[in-house]
Amino acid sequence: MGQTATFRIWRGNGHEGTFTDYATEVTEGMVVLDAVHQIQAHQAHDLAVRWNCKAGKCGSCSAEVNGHPRLMCMTRLNQLNLAKPVTIEPMKAFPPIKDLVTDVSFNFRAKKSIKPFKPRPPDAPDGTWRMAQADVERVQEFRKCIECFLCQDVCHVLRDHRLFDEFVGPRHMIYAAALEMHPLDVEQRARDLKDAYGVGFCNITKCCTKVCPEGIGITDNAIIPLKERVIDQLYDPVVKLLRMFR
Amino acid sequence: MSESAVPLVVARRRFGETTRRDLWWVQPLLVFAGLSTFVVYATWAAFQGDHYTYGPYISPFYSPEIFGTSPHNWFGPKPAALPPWLPFTPALLILPIPALFRFTCYYYRGAYYKAFWGDPPSCTVGEHRTTYWGENSFPLILQNIHRYMLFISMAVLAILVVDAWEALWFADPATGRVQFGVGVGTIVLAANVTLLSGYLFGCHSMRHVAGGCVDQISRAPLGARAYRCVSCLNRRHMWWAWTSLFAVGFADLYVRLCSMGVWTDVRIW
Repeated sequence: MGQTATFRIWRGNGHEGTFTDYATEVTEGMVVLDAVHQIQAHQAHDLAVRWNCKAGKCGSCSAEVNGHPRLMCMTRLNQLNLAKPVTIEPMKAFPPIKDLVTDVSFNFRAKKSIKPFKPRPPDAPDGTWRMAQADVERVQEFRKCIECFLCQDVCHVLRDHRLFDEFVGPRHMIYAAALEMHPLDVEQRARDLKDAYGVGFCNITKCCTKVCPEGIGITDNAIIPLKERVIDQLYDPVVKLLRMFR
Repeated sequence: MSESAVPLVVARRRFGETTRRDLWWVQPLLVFAGLSTFVVYATWAAFQGDHYTYGPYISPFYSPEIFGTSPHNWFGPKPAALPPWLPFTPALLILPIPALFRFTCYYYRGAYYKAFWGDPPSCTVGEHRTTYWGENSFPLILQNIHRYMLFISMAVLAILVVDAWEALWFADPATGRVQFGVGVGTIVLAANVTLLSGYLFGCHSMRHVAGGCVDQISRAPLGARAYRCVSCLNRRHMWWAWTSLFAVGFADLYVRLCSMGVWTDVRIW
């Protein structure tokens, strides 16, 4: 490429700030994070940005690029229109700390609130279990999550309605699904899914699925199946009746 | 380096406010236009009460014709006990079932929450509501009846399959003898039930019933196979939802226009 592009980056603290335009030279193969690092090295040494692996696996460099929640390290510049300034903002669902860095500690608190794994008694005398691959492969998809929290950022229940006390968010729905659907797990989470985790707040806009850098089917494979399980346990009178005769 | 005074929106955003630059409004607009067109047409067709059969064909909006005046009716004409002021057509007895099935469908819910209620208008676009209950309380908690609407819709689908079969048998106007044949209408009705089957059998509730509800699906090989099949259809649930919606509307239009003499049903066989 070898051209100059303008990056409109949010600069500020937890209370206020402004967008600042930085023009920098970009070359073929660069990603947004490369450009941010270049700006940090040559023009704005105090620019705060969280990053780590530069390979789309640590989930640190989440931000909003031209209004889309993305990993900066996985957003190639040739995917963007460089004729206009590229807007880079911190994730808006979370409190800003400085520049592109936000306080994502809500997610760690929410994760702790999920009932942990509770396996059935061991299958063998040596204290081990036996699982069929067919049973466990459904939850293996959820374990691909890198905790970038882009799904939390894009979810309008958290982002716009700020229902952090009522809804744990899509990331923790897949965490709950990974436990709930695990073939060894015997914990009951239906009541918590409804009351504490707030699965009913999801209105299936699928924005979380669209932004997931790991391509996890968050809505179709985790949230909707959890909604169905809550219906089984708490709403469906026929299933309740059948359970009485089992 | 230059500064532009644009505040970061951490607080509540205005309706439609976003830093997205793509045409985010196109998809909700298309959904709004598509669903509105269908609802207006289906409502008109349901209340119209005429031109819903043609030869062996019956419009899927009017099937099963529980009470009616066409040769397809099950129990004769409209019961005399019904008050005359009550609007009645055979479609009004049936259409609420597929309508409620689609209304409570997980795909359509996400689509119309965006397109009709702007909740949100699109991902990362500001919405106009200040309060939000989700599907946690009345009235949207009633969306949980979806699985029941699925089971009832399956029965209606079975009747539509029979209709497609009966669309293969044409009465000779001269002799009255019934003989096998294939018309364009037969293909239209068969395509309709095929697409509806893909939509119903790929439903999220069906996926749950087929095997999603258990953690050790390997213990039920039949259930595991059913779960895989339903999951395969479910991956393209949006495609099935839209094509089946178009097919059912077009099937009604086809029968209607043939019955009115606007279109001529061509016998292929």
